[in-house]
Amino acid sequence: MQNKTKTKRSGQIIFSPYSPGEGIKKALSIGRENILFELKSSVLKGRGGAGFPTSTKWMLSAAAVADKKFIVCNADEGEPGTFKDRVLLNEYPELIFDGMVIAGFTIGAQTGIVYLRGEYEYMLEELEDYLIKMREKNLLGKSILGKEGFDFDISIRLGSGAYVCGEETALIESLEGYRGEPRNRPPYPVDTGYMGYPTVVNNVETLSVVPHILIKGAEWFKKFGTEKSAGTKLFSVSGDCGKPGVYELPWGISVEQLLELVEAKNTKAVQVGGASGTCVPKSQFHRKFGYEDLPTGGSIIIFNESRSMLKVLKNFMEFFVEESCGQCTPCRIGNTKLLEGVEKIEKGDFSYAYLNTLKDLGKTMQVASKCGLGQSSPNSFISILENFKDEIFHTNGRGGKNA
Amino acid sequence: MLVFEKNSLSQEIENLVLQYGANRSALLQILQAIQRKHKYISDFAQQEVARLMNIHPVEVNSVISFYSFLHSKLQGRNIVKLCKTISCDMAGKNNIESAIKRELGISFNETTNDNRISLEYTSCLGQCDCGPAMIINEKVYTKLDPETAVNLLNELK
Repeated sequence: MQNKTKTKRSGQIIFSPYSPGEGIKKALSIGRENILFELKSSVLKGRGGAGFPTSTKWMLSAAAVADKKFIVCNADEGEPGTFKDRVLLNEYPELIFDGMVIAGFTIGAQTGIVYLRGEYEYMLEELEDYLIKMREKNLLGKSILGKEGFDFDISIRLGSGAYVCGEETALIESLEGYRGEPRNRPPYPVDTGYMGYPTVVNNVETLSVVPHILIKGAEWFKKFGTEKSAGTKLFSVSGDCGKPGVYELPWGISVEQLLELVEAKNTKAVQVGGASGTCVPKSQFHRKFGYEDLPTGGSIIIFNESRSMLKVLKNFMEFFVEESCGQCTPCRIGNTKLLEGVEKIEKGDFSYAYLNTLKDLGKTMQVASKCGLGQSSPNSFISILENFKDEIFHTNGRGGKNA
Repeated sequence: MLVFEKNSLSQEIENLVLQYGANRSALLQILQAIQRKHKYISDFAQQEVARLMNIHPVEVNSVISFYSFLHSKLQGRNIVKLCKTISCDMAGKNNIESAIKRELGISFNETTNDNRISLEYTSCLGQCDCGPAMIINEKVYTKLDPETAVNLLNELK
């Protein structure tokens, strides 16, 4: 019953062949400057969803002066519909850990921490075993691969079921033993992070790409994808399709192409980027994934004609009400109000004036919330009510039909 | 709670504090360890953690109340969490839900009378391609159908 498939996949970048430790060797031989240069010219952007340039993050923390620095691997993927990190942790731990060692070497950190979501506790033992093997091979520990003065070790810490801890400052709060409530930024973690020390927080997928870039070069990496979105992306595909799963595809692929690949039929809508993303209706299936048009952390949920979009929206809003940390008012109260609105529509007990007020509230939340959760939670409310007006308001005997 | 039970719990928490350290950053790890073993963190345990780590008991309680996997009220010996997020919902979560409810005779967020099982919902488990999914204690089970789900529960002691 448990998810234990270990067949090796094939793909262009992340799923391309790699032998463990190779990236670390290369990194140690070319030195910090060249690693940063290579990353900068690869235009690698954070794969968690926000898309912040990885090289900038690393450079800022490499430049910070402190006696301790930290690398944190954000393995708290909680976005509905995302499971790519599960596949990477399960099948490609070498990429993630090598990426962390490289990051540690580049910014001058001594400690790496993996923040593994509590839901993935079942993988903990195997990951710990892998770390032990790395220590035996001197890929972790003192003077890694004989490099004098480069000491680095990785530990794994568990989350406890809080979606908001995927936000980097909330994650740091959680690591420090507090409630996972996001901090005000600035200061950014790159200079004031874990325990006040410079900290780089990277997504599992971002770290997994780094060893490949170092070995095969930025030019090779840029061959895939588009001009502004270099490389490939892991897509977690679920919902109504023949072949759900994790796909490595170059940026720039269109929604249509993806649907064909995963054998989706009678598709009505695709939720891109999970509950906090946008809902793309059929008329916009020509749109392309990438930072130019449809940025995403990789969550793709497919809905066919039989699904009620109002129920989908209700599910999303229930999720946000449950997962809001409650720290700031726009998010805590706002999501509750939006959910109430959805329930009113469900009962047929609503006025359009009130719904417009709620849409305005949504826009207020987008600017007034403290972190990405509240800033993005109204997205699906606004986009689903806008794109599926006909289905939600004009059927079921509430108008139009004379039945 | 009997005196010797209290003493053994104190001893256990002392050991955990020794193992993970008395720094604030170890708090979550210590609470997780207590949760894993006892399925909840009692008032007494919270006070002991606060005493040994030199932080206010309210702080300990606020951390427990924040994280959905940590409980401050007595739970069953097994905690079953069913994913209610969209992909599992579309994959047939409702069938599993009603089968489990019928079988155990309790609703979600309740515990069976014999204290064997506590039922709760959880947000996305990251098993969206193979839903419906649920977690029993720390283990994840996927591609459930009502019968297998119920059988899994019946095997629990």
